[in-house]
Amino acid sequence: MDIIKEFYSGFSIMNQEVSLVLVLVFVLLADLFCGEKGKKYLQLLAIAAFALNVVYGFTLKVDSTYQDSFAGMYVTSDMHILVKNILNVGTLLVFFFAHYWNEHENRSQSGEFYFLMLSTLLGMYLMISSGNFLLFYIGLETASIPMAAMVAFNKKAHESAEAAAKYILTAAFSSGVMLFGISLIYGTYGTLYYNEAANAFLAEPLQIMAMIFFMAGMGFKISLVPFHLWTADTYQGAPTPVTAYLSVMSKGAAVFSFLYILITVFRNYAETWQNILWWIIVVTITVGNLFAIRQKNLKRFLAFSSISQAGYILLGVIAGTPQGMAATVFYIFIYLFTNLAAFGIISNIENQTGKVGMDDYNGLYSTNPKLAVIMMLAMFSLGGIPFFAGFFSKFFIFLAATQKEMYLLVFIALLNTIISLFYYLLVVKAMFIKESTNPIKPIKSDAMSVIGLAICTIGMIVLGFISPIYEYMSSISFGI
Amino acid sequence: MDYTILLLAIPFLMFLIIGLLGYKMTPKFSGLLGSAGLAVVTALAYYTAYRYFFTEFGQAADGARETIVMFNYTWLDLSNASRPDLMIQIGMLLDPISVMMLVVITTVSMMVHIYSMGYMHGEEGFQRYYAVLSLFTFAMLGLVVATNIFQMYIFWELVGVSSFLLISFYFTKPSAVRAAKKAFIVTRFADMFFLIGILILSYYTKTFDFLKLTAVDPEAQHATLVFSTMGGKMFMGLSVTSIALLLIFLGGAGKSAMFPFHIWLPDAMEGPTPASALIHAATMVVAGVFLVARLFPVYFFEAPDVLHIIAYIGGFTSLFAAIIACTQTDIKRVLAFSTISQIAYMMVALGVSGFGGHDGLGFTASMWHLFTHAMFKATLFMAAGCIIHAVHSNEMDAMGGLRHYMKKTYYTFGIACFAIAGIFPLSGFFSKDEILVAAFEADKILYFCQTFVAGLTAFYMFRLFFRIFFYNEPKFEHTPHEAPANMWVPLCILSVFTIFSGWFPFSKWISTDLIGYDIHTVWPIAIGSTVVALIGIGTAYVLYYKKNDIPDRIANTCKSFYTWASHRFYIDEVYLFITNKIIFGGICAAIAWFDRHIIDGFMDLLGWTTNTVSEETKEIQSGSVQQYAWVFIMGVITIVTLALYL
Repeated sequence: MDIIKEFYSGFSIMNQEVSLVLVLVFVLLADLFCGEKGKKYLQLLAIAAFALNVVYGFTLKVDSTYQDSFAGMYVTSDMHILVKNILNVGTLLVFFFAHYWNEHENRSQSGEFYFLMLSTLLGMYLMISSGNFLLFYIGLETASIPMAAMVAFNKKAHESAEAAAKYILTAAFSSGVMLFGISLIYGTYGTLYYNEAANAFLAEPLQIMAMIFFMAGMGFKISLVPFHLWTADTYQGAPTPVTAYLSVMSKGAAVFSFLYILITVFRNYAETWQNILWWIIVVTITVGNLFAIRQKNLKRFLAFSSISQAGYILLGVIAGTPQGMAATVFYIFIYLFTNLAAFGIISNIENQTGKVGMDDYNGLYSTNPKLAVIMMLAMFSLGGIPFFAGFFSKFFIFLAATQKEMYLLVFIALLNTIISLFYYLLVVKAMFIKESTNPIKPIKSDAMSVIGLAICTIGMIVLGFISPIYEYMSSISFGI
Repeated sequence: MDYTILLLAIPFLMFLIIGLLGYKMTPKFSGLLGSAGLAVVTALAYYTAYRYFFTEFGQAADGARETIVMFNYTWLDLSNASRPDLMIQIGMLLDPISVMMLVVITTVSMMVHIYSMGYMHGEEGFQRYYAVLSLFTFAMLGLVVATNIFQMYIFWELVGVSSFLLISFYFTKPSAVRAAKKAFIVTRFADMFFLIGILILSYYTKTFDFLKLTAVDPEAQHATLVFSTMGGKMFMGLSVTSIALLLIFLGGAGKSAMFPFHIWLPDAMEGPTPASALIHAATMVVAGVFLVARLFPVYFFEAPDVLHIIAYIGGFTSLFAAIIACTQTDIKRVLAFSTISQIAYMMVALGVSGFGGHDGLGFTASMWHLFTHAMFKATLFMAAGCIIHAVHSNEMDAMGGLRHYMKKTYYTFGIACFAIAGIFPLSGFFSKDEILVAAFEADKILYFCQTFVAGLTAFYMFRLFFRIFFYNEPKFEHTPHEAPANMWVPLCILSVFTIFSGWFPFSKWISTDLIGYDIHTVWPIAIGSTVVALIGIGTAYVLYYKKNDIPDRIANTCKSFYTWASHRFYIDEVYLFITNKIIFGGICAAIAWFDRHIIDGFMDLLGWTTNTVSEETKEIQSGSVQQYAWVFIMGVITIVTLALYL
């Protein structure tokens, strides 16, 4: 009996996962039993149920700083909870932006959309909270496979299918590489538990190789150069809400779990992975920027922008310090609002006019001033212009790297912000300065998008100024 | 914190209300509103002065005057363990000089507010004018009650801004815009030194607070402990303290139009005349004097050499400006140079002053002269405003014989002329006399120089007086008429001050060590200066009472000097040469070339490189998944190789 009791007591710290599974099952069943008439309310029901879950997430707190269950298979801390909460907020925003699209384009399948998206979210939860490579891998695949289905959600659209095919093929490939790394880890460390592996430090090449293969798999998820090539095609082909989800949530979850594994399992190889990351960051930021300059399709443009942003996020990871973790999480938090604002606008306009080209946005300010201004804020924030939230997140991330005395790296990153400013301003220029003979007609946004955009706008403007947020993150972060 | 906060709050509120809502008001209402607000402030200032000088409120236990900090709000805390006192505060400090300044500012400002209702009547932007007047009053009051040097600096800049706004009031006139720019740039240039001085001073003393800076240690006769850390630190042959204080003085010299920063003040006369009376005659331009007075113990104990420099700059400026004033024909410019000369008097007095009791006579005299000068110079400006109002010109040639038409202006202008010339028993006699006494005791050269300037002052003021009110009548376009009541009433009130403020027992109130003392007229000096003044008046009478050719003949005999002086010794041209030819033409051109070719070139190169690389590498993104996988695996292998073998 005691064993059973102990087993079930393990679930007691998995509140978020349990709650999410409940929502997930609820959405699935509701979709199954609501019938044709009920479909009308299904979306609202799903969003409401998930919103409850979001609110519930913010009430959680663990007593001690670190807890585990199932013999270390599952770990959690205040930071883990916070990251999941951030992902929750992002997912809710994506739901807001996806509402109109679901309503008009795939009404009969909207239940599936929510179910699939929540499944990937569950997978991300597991990635974040795993204390064992096996659970991590399961989480990763739980996050990836429904994602491929979502990328292909526009079944009739050719490019959606193409994007999904590229995604699933590359994902399978990278999973293979990563599994190879994990098997090497098992072979050389003798365990798959993070905390045990951390102590099995042998300083032998095979362990380093294991680490690099693992890192390559993560590089795919975060879309770091040279593992990034799928990004642009998939982002462009996928339905816009899915792209938004991919660019923020998928990336955020992967970055945090990557950071967690680097500073726990591989902390003895810190110097090695810092050297590798140093080069990866430089290449990622630069390549992302170089390719972003030429893009004419806004979704593809944001894909390269997100590659370069991933490089910036890794500046916090490379530090490996508590400040680095706080800066990383803060960056993800701000990036979420900023990038989702941009995607929210793109999806809004795409839904109603079908236009996603940069040239289509010429003269947007004259017809849709509000959308243009929010887009401008998003571009400014992504470019790190003071005093939008993006400035503060960049500031903290540079600070974290500077504290580790990586001056050259920070300098290169700073140079790259200048380039990035150039292409972000191209969008602003198109909207405000260029004139168009055929501008996008005035758009009446649906209520859900308005709510989502309002939240994002407020976030972009005020989050940088509310110092308790960063202070809280910094109080619960940890490092090597 | 008690009612004194209202001294600052009300003018600021008036500025906001009139500034933001003025366009919804009638001009008359905005003027009345501003004046009503200021009337309350004036009443409060007088009440404060009464409490401070005549009741227990301002009396310290040992018979000296108290220095009272009414409130002190910490705005920016820069303190840490090694510098516990370094913080920027906004507060209110009452001591004899700040209370006196409260009276001066509110009195003149009140009169200007009333006067402007007549003078500015029908002008476009009337509301704006009143809004800026309120802003100025707020800034000036904040400046004089500052508890620390940084607060003073903040308000210092704010008066600069309001001065700029008032000079450029007629912003459709290019000359007004030029004058405003000139005033702003020149004073800002000087303020830069002020800020550097503040930073050096606070770096070593670790405080901004006036009380800590100026607290006198009675035993060591050494200004205060905060300066002990600066002791002995030298930079370029001067002690750091001296450099800091000299730089701070330069800031004051800019605002107070001391040579060589005096060039902005004559041009500033482009502003409306009442604003000139308030800002460029009575209050803002004495900010530099006030600054030196505020830091006087520091100057006296820590940098006596700088105090000598101040005295000599003052002496030179007063002579220099007085000579120019004799040659100008624009009546406001004559008054402007006269202002420069008189402020220089105050600087001289501070420069020669000692410390403690009767030794501090120069300090008392300086503040006294500041007070009386504010009154008679404001009177002169306002009277000049009435005259300009009547004849629609600033030039002397358009005037003459006006005594028949403008009786009230005639009398008040006359009283003020006698006061500035230093004729007994008007106020100027007493304050100027004490300055001369202080100069006589300290430095004979300065004494003779200042006595000579006193004669010159009497001469050019009465030149103005005779030219305007006597002389030959020109052909008026229409018969000049007396100004309306709301213009001559303030004039009369100010001339009452002009007559009687010499009888105030200033030495009882204002002294370096806050302890009152007695002063007595030194008759040889008083008689000497009176005789010199009378000679000046007599000369002016001979030359300008009636039209004759003596002035021209004199001008012709020393033609080159006269031309030189009437062109203000070409100082403006020197500045223009330095800025246009040397700075713009030489240094800036080189920098611009560097910027355009090297900096921009580098940036263009960066852009070109980025663009080219981006163009050349776009093939990698081919869309073929096989290739993606190939790049992926090659990437892994490369990293493994590099990590293991490098």
